[in-house]
Amino acid sequence: MLHLFSHLRMEKPDGASGASGGDPEVRCPACKASHRRDLLMNSLYVCPACGGYVRIPARDRIRLLADEGSFAELDETLTSVDFLSFPEYQNKLDKAKQSTGEKCAVVSGVMQVQGIPCAVFAMDSRFVMASMGSAVGEKITRLFEYATENGLPVLGVLCSGGARMQEGIVSLMQMAKCSGAVRKHSDAGLLYLSLLTDPTTGGMTASIAMEGDVTLAEPKTLIGFAGRRVIEQTTGAELPKDFQTSEFLLEHGFVDKILPREEQRETIALLLRQHQKELTPDG
Amino acid sequence: MTAYEKMKAVRASDRPKGRDFVEALFTQRVELCGDRRYAEDPAILAGIGYLGDVPVTYIAMDKGKDLAERMKKHFGCPMPEGYRKALRLMKQAEKFRRPVVCIVDTLGAHPGADAEERGQGQAIAENLFEMMGLQTPILSVVVGEGGSGGALALAVADRVYMLENAVYSVITPDGCASILWKDASRAQDAADCLHITAEDMVSFGVAEGIVREDFAHFDQMCGELKELLLGELNALRGLSDEQLLEERYQRFRRIGVYQEDGSVNG
Repeated sequence: MLHLFSHLRMEKPDGASGASGGDPEVRCPACKASHRRDLLMNSLYVCPACGGYVRIPARDRIRLLADEGSFAELDETLTSVDFLSFPEYQNKLDKAKQSTGEKCAVVSGVMQVQGIPCAVFAMDSRFVMASMGSAVGEKITRLFEYATENGLPVLGVLCSGGARMQEGIVSLMQMAKCSGAVRKHSDAGLLYLSLLTDPTTGGMTASIAMEGDVTLAEPKTLIGFAGRRVIEQTTGAELPKDFQTSEFLLEHGFVDKILPREEQRETIALLLRQHQKELTPDG
Repeated sequence: MTAYEKMKAVRASDRPKGRDFVEALFTQRVELCGDRRYAEDPAILAGIGYLGDVPVTYIAMDKGKDLAERMKKHFGCPMPEGYRKALRLMKQAEKFRRPVVCIVDTLGAHPGADAEERGQGQAIAENLFEMMGLQTPILSVVVGEGGSGGALALAVADRVYMLENAVYSVITPDGCASILWKDASRAQDAADCLHITAEDMVSFGVAEGIVREDFAHFDQMCGELKELLLGELNALRGLSDEQLLEERYQRFRRIGVYQEDGSVNG
């Protein structure tokens, strides 16, 4: 497995190399063991104690997928506004910015994977549960527009609690706005790969998470539209343990492939290569 | 009425339902059923009819009247097959260059184990994606509740109108209150915070206008709504397919408030 992330070893664990900010210690949600974030990078955020998947901050996710030094960020100053003066929202935003070092729940830009250029966005679950408000919607829309103009494929690494209720109906409209940009990109004959990570729910599942040409998912990932609790309360149904996992979605035909972390870079590169445009004889 | 009172009003059992609007707006109707994939979803009432003298495809969410009907229709919460039936009929409308008129009234897409198994999220996503490219005019009228993604799946339109007391929200005020304050009884406060009224929709650019409610004179009210919709179809008829789709894209593209390099946009 080592060779897959050996390209990262040259980079400093923090600071100028662009490592994700925030708490230097991360707790494994499965076994509760605490690990140094910079060391987790070396294991693809797989818990060294129990093998469980730890959620990967957006910027680290991109570093794990991109060729070293190839990522160039776009729209990095774009950030949310509490335009409805919604209770606790500004406070939530301030805390998210402080604890993650990010300005927004999505990081976007261009990168190369095994030498193939690609537009990329990754959501950060630490930032207001990676919910989609105006800033997220605008950044993703711009990225697809950029990719369409420049003839680039898009890789989206998704996770989200859904639409950001603190921005009211405007957040719901981001689902349509992003879908429009995905549609234009698709109509231009370009590839959109989505990689669904834990958790991908609500409005994100009901829009760009399910609009990829190829839909990939991490193992044991929560993916669904309605929440488990809402379904149980509404219908009184008892839900199976694996309900709304990536394995459940694969079985029901809603994802193409479940990709363990150590295979992601190779498979994504292969898919990108398979969709590279042939050069015409006259160039 | 406050936002919360409006939400209560649109949920009242005696308020006109999707079927009432379909019967008042469209003549010489042929109802069409099924998604050709899995099932017929009675929460979506759809077919071909005439709006004035224009043949249109109508797609209406219908909550039903009595308890038996309401249960059959999942209280107006569509299943994935309902959204897929809607999409099938939209593609059919596109083939025959027939405008689509959607009537929106739902608490939201049905939250059920069966709906999840059959890809509720994927069904809605596909509608958003396909409606963004549908080469025929789409008009949507929110006549009661516009409940989140389940409503948006019939409202990626060239024009959206709100009935006077209709509401449109990213989450139900009840749901919002239980997340925010762990207390569903504070739905009233949540309704204010969420900005769900017809006036709010116009101010955010989510809707083009508001239709006056007069249920005592329902047919007359629907007659005026019909004229309004015919006027919009007339205006859209002058556009090429490319212009139509670009304007639909821009209609949603400009919605959003965010900050960049220190200045606020949107």
